[in-house]
Amino acid sequence: MPTRIGKYTLELNKKPVILGYAAVVGKKEGEGPLGEYFDQCHNDTKLGESTWEKAESRLQNEAVLLALNKAGLKNTDIDCIFAGDLLNQCISSTFGLRGLNIPFLGQYGACSTMAQTLAIASVFTESGAAENTVAVTSSHFCSAERQFRFPLEYGGQRTPTAQWTATAAGAMVIGSPEKKQEGQITVEALSFGRITDLGIKDAANMGAAMAPSAAQTLTDYFHDTGDSPADYDVILTGDLGQVGSNLLQQILMKDSIDISAVHNDCGLMIYDRKKQDVHAGGSGCGCSAAVLCSYIMRQMLEGKLHKVLFLGTGALMSPTSSQQGESIPGVAHLVYLKA
Amino acid sequence: MTISRSEYKKMADKASPGTTYGKNLFFAFLVGGAICVLGQALVNFYMRSGMDIKEARAWVSITLIGLSALLTALKVYDNIAKFAGAGTLVPITGFANSIVAPAMEFKSEGYVVGIGGKMFVIAGPVLVYSTSAAILYGLIVWFFHLY
Repeated sequence: MPTRIGKYTLELNKKPVILGYAAVVGKKEGEGPLGEYFDQCHNDTKLGESTWEKAESRLQNEAVLLALNKAGLKNTDIDCIFAGDLLNQCISSTFGLRGLNIPFLGQYGACSTMAQTLAIASVFTESGAAENTVAVTSSHFCSAERQFRFPLEYGGQRTPTAQWTATAAGAMVIGSPEKKQEGQITVEALSFGRITDLGIKDAANMGAAMAPSAAQTLTDYFHDTGDSPADYDVILTGDLGQVGSNLLQQILMKDSIDISAVHNDCGLMIYDRKKQDVHAGGSGCGCSAAVLCSYIMRQMLEGKLHKVLFLGTGALMSPTSSQQGESIPGVAHLVYLKA
Repeated sequence: MTISRSEYKKMADKASPGTTYGKNLFFAFLVGGAICVLGQALVNFYMRSGMDIKEARAWVSITLIGLSALLTALKVYDNIAKFAGAGTLVPITGFANSIVAPAMEFKSEGYVVGIGGKMFVIAGPVLVYSTSAAILYGLIVWFFHLY
């Protein structure tokens, strides 16, 4: 069973292992700096489907099947799958996974969903409630645009703080530690974040809206564990982008926590901001999921990274709340992975 | 975490890069102006074809709307608009784009609730308030005998 350290952190004693992982992405992500690390890059962003929603469902389905394949497991070996996405009622997850015949628990954590599903799946495996679990999430630029913003062909201008929703899915298979082999990655600890809202209302500046939640969860984690940023190889935030990353470092510096030497952000890694016209960086559930389930896992398995704090960040607004003038609440969940 | 809302607002404003007005104004002027020049050229063309000015202007609107709809359908319009901003938004071409784009986008939800229901999702407010303004203007003109 997990042990609670301080008020917000859970230390996993059995230490569940990552048995498999996979990332499936679209064309733009495949052309980005991490292109070679993804398991599959689709040049047709519609994946041959008739709608964007079906395309996103397929991304998620493919990511799970590839991750299962790498883990050497079948769908019947999985006790529970935790999945979520950005679309209303999480339809990418439900439609993408409906044929898998695995007990399903839908999750909504906006762009923090990868960290949320991974954390919950790890607790299930740790506690013995499940032996093998899967955590998966996805986002698709086109399905997100039509739900949250404007039709694709509408001639609008994006502000410099806007981020580009990644067309990507990432999946992880988490198993009990008895299956641990040499060189596998373990889930060591996690912190579920509190909802934090410092009053940002601009839905085109989600990095700024989410940065306080990331700062809150990190502060809680360091307070609970007594660790400092220097104890980790990388502190990897989900999708704060350029603006949010800058703000996160500034907020933490006010409390004398300096993460600048070890901080990176999946939203800054997935695209080449100079060449790919993504303004402040990438975003979406699939952004952090695909970076974690490809490049980061590979770096850990190759021994280049040992201790990784993965911090999924989510903006918990909807088009309705934004239209009603509400500010944007943020949440950030932390997972400590060790190779 | 020791930061107040007002303190964070200042910090966020400073960290968020603003719109590059100079560049945007320049391209808006250039492209918006070019659309107007095209409009004038079309007026001249139609008048030379024997139309009077009123008829020619109506045909210019029809032509520009058709052209905008075509460029939207060919997925070109939004790429021009990305640079041109208000230059492509303000002329009648922007209005046409705002109707064609959702019609294309929501085709996947069917012809009735998709195309029919969502076609005016962007242009709707423009139509509501421009029609209301026209009615108000008409009433003022009528009450004060300004005609």
